[in-house]
Amino acid sequence: MSASAETLVSVRGLKTYYSIRGSFLDRLVGRTGAAVRAVDDISLDLRKGEVLGLVGESGSGKTTLGRTILGLVPATSGTVEFEGKDITKLSEHDLRELRRRMQIVFQDPHASLNPAMTIAQAVGHPLQIHGLAQDKEQVRARVAEVLDRVGLSPVEQFMDKYPSDLSGGQKQRAVIARAIILNPVLLVADEPVSMLDMSVRAKILELMLALKRDFDLTYLYVTHDLATAKFFCDRIAIMYLGRIVEIGPSEAIYEDPKHPYTQALLRAIPEPDPRRTIPRDLPRGEVPDAAKPPLGCHFRPRCPRAFEVCGWEARDLKELLERRWAEMGEEGFDAERAAVGPAESLNEPATTAKLHGHGGASGADLAGLLEKARTGDPDDPFWTGVKRIASENGALEVDWFDPVDPRLLPAGPVEVECHLYDEAALAEAAERRGARIP
Amino acid sequence: MATATVRAQRRTVALRRAFAPIAEARGFARWMLFAGAAITLMFVILAAFAPLLSPYAFDQYQANGHRFAQLARPGHGHILGTTVQSTDVLARIVYGAQTELEVVGLALAFGLAVGVPLGLVSGYFGGILDRGSVFFMDAMFAFPPLLLAIIIAFLLGSSVSSGVLVAAIAITIVYVPQYFRVVRNHVISVREEQYVEAARALGAKPFTILRRYVFFNVVQNVPVIATLNAADAVLTLTALGFIGYGVQPTQGAEWGYDVSRAVTDVASGIWWTGLFPGLAIVLLVSGLTLLGEGLNETINPVLRRRAIRQVDFDAPSFDAGAEFYEA
Repeated sequence: MSASAETLVSVRGLKTYYSIRGSFLDRLVGRTGAAVRAVDDISLDLRKGEVLGLVGESGSGKTTLGRTILGLVPATSGTVEFEGKDITKLSEHDLRELRRRMQIVFQDPHASLNPAMTIAQAVGHPLQIHGLAQDKEQVRARVAEVLDRVGLSPVEQFMDKYPSDLSGGQKQRAVIARAIILNPVLLVADEPVSMLDMSVRAKILELMLALKRDFDLTYLYVTHDLATAKFFCDRIAIMYLGRIVEIGPSEAIYEDPKHPYTQALLRAIPEPDPRRTIPRDLPRGEVPDAAKPPLGCHFRPRCPRAFEVCGWEARDLKELLERRWAEMGEEGFDAERAAVGPAESLNEPATTAKLHGHGGASGADLAGLLEKARTGDPDDPFWTGVKRIASENGALEVDWFDPVDPRLLPAGPVEVECHLYDEAALAEAAERRGARIP
Repeated sequence: MATATVRAQRRTVALRRAFAPIAEARGFARWMLFAGAAITLMFVILAAFAPLLSPYAFDQYQANGHRFAQLARPGHGHILGTTVQSTDVLARIVYGAQTELEVVGLALAFGLAVGVPLGLVSGYFGGILDRGSVFFMDAMFAFPPLLLAIIIAFLLGSSVSSGVLVAAIAITIVYVPQYFRVVRNHVISVREEQYVEAARALGAKPFTILRRYVFFNVVQNVPVIATLNAADAVLTLTALGFIGYGVQPTQGAEWGYDVSRAVTDVASGIWWTGLFPGLAIVLLVSGLTLLGEGLNETINPVLRRRAIRQVDFDAPSFDAGAEFYEA
């Protein structure tokens, strides 16, 4: 596919936040709770006729991005241009018109068909919704045609069955039939095969590729499965915590992953050959809370290659201490835990933290504690971000460098959002390395 | 052409599917269902053919110029005896069935017509409308049902002339919150189903989604509560009659009213005026309750027990198969 192909969907600065309900008191006084940043400032283009894969762990926001692009979830800000119209500004009424042109296939085929409708009714309903058929016989004829196309034949055997009479693969075929009966141009496939048996997956994906050729479709393929993405997609966007960290042609991403997160993901693909072992230094820890994402680069707390500019902060110090304590004997742990106390200042995203000594510990004691931690593991990337450690009036003050937000920049054939590939960030890091007070 | 027969066939398939749980019911559930249905059906027949089945009219106290005996014992001429007003007890029971079923039937129809759509809309759209209606319905729950029915009957009594209609409206208002509650809560869970979001993605309008995707998955519970409520409604109606706010004696026979008139008879050893209407109440309520509980056990997937047939290995077809494999 040529790069100059016509753009079908153009996403710019898209943000989708889900507000969290606060406590009962919060609601009484009308305070709004925090927001989960499911999609956090994403821009991408979907070209006509391509298959773009959105790949990420659960909680990375890939499904929300797919749904926001279809207008099923309201966008918080940003624009989604589909065929020249910004769908984030359209009313529900105008969106309904547009739904003929864009469809979705859901992850769970068992849940996406109405148990009270026969296959013929379910697949034919879109025609009735949009008034595209004169009578019932015409609907049935068109349904038969589409069911035959998705491989549910002999058609008569399936039309009057209920979803509960069908297998998972057959249901997913019916769901695909329902999606293509309106001749859409865009199809969002939200993990369409992850609930299916291994033996059925390849068949469904092959069917989808055949349909793409026949109907000139454009796919947005949402998945956590890199193996099917490699087989299925022209381009891949790797998502992490609401951001796209790397986007580019599939081959380029598989051959030469740039972002440390992509590298980790690719290493996590199981190797079928038991005699071969591959190094699996998987990222440590868990995906952070999307309501309070890390400062700077979102992947930084888990990144083995993070450095000065990545946005180190107070919460990383807490994690560092907890990692240290987990490896310590009980006596050492009790002493240090008592000295640090509850350390509530380490729960908020901030580049400066003030720690008060507990149980008679002074600021200098805490500084000594940190020094011990540092000599214990001097290579931990955390220490690159510390600007200053000072004890004042019985308290310990720790300052970190200001975070620099990573930008999506071209690096070879792909675009990657990582400071390792950003000249300006590297220069800034070198400067900070000199300015750091040990 | 053959399309008509094909359509008819399709309809039969759909019907068979709808009634499949009932056909598949086994054991105690089946027994309850059929016993309840038989008792209820008996009362329906009594009510429908009351003029044919009853020896006299409900307010008839004389025949052929002869006044009936007061408080005659069951037996000659009056199988179940007569009351203090010389009316025939059997006639009052047969016509009473008519009154009970008329009122309960009307109350069910009104209750469903109001409660189900309100629950659907309130549960699906949520927001202020939902909050408001839930608050209002909860407030209705706070009243004792009988008290509420008495108040409504009292308020309507002066403006509506038909006693049956007054009682039906009073009972409707008592039971609407229940239908509303059950339907609304179920809609809230169905609303989050993926097929509802799928319908939205197809471009369906909210009311289309409600009608085609939500309604059919929610109504399954309604027959059960409707039947159980019918049993309860009979009790409410007879209680209203007992107190004197129900169907007035001039407008129809009513078992609760009969029992209230019989209270004083019991002390003087006259048992038939109270016992038979009382038995009729108990029997109809039990019949409806059995029907409702039986329906619940067959329709509710949590309670449902389906028949599992054992494979009969001695059946001839299996022998043939064995020979085939040996060969």
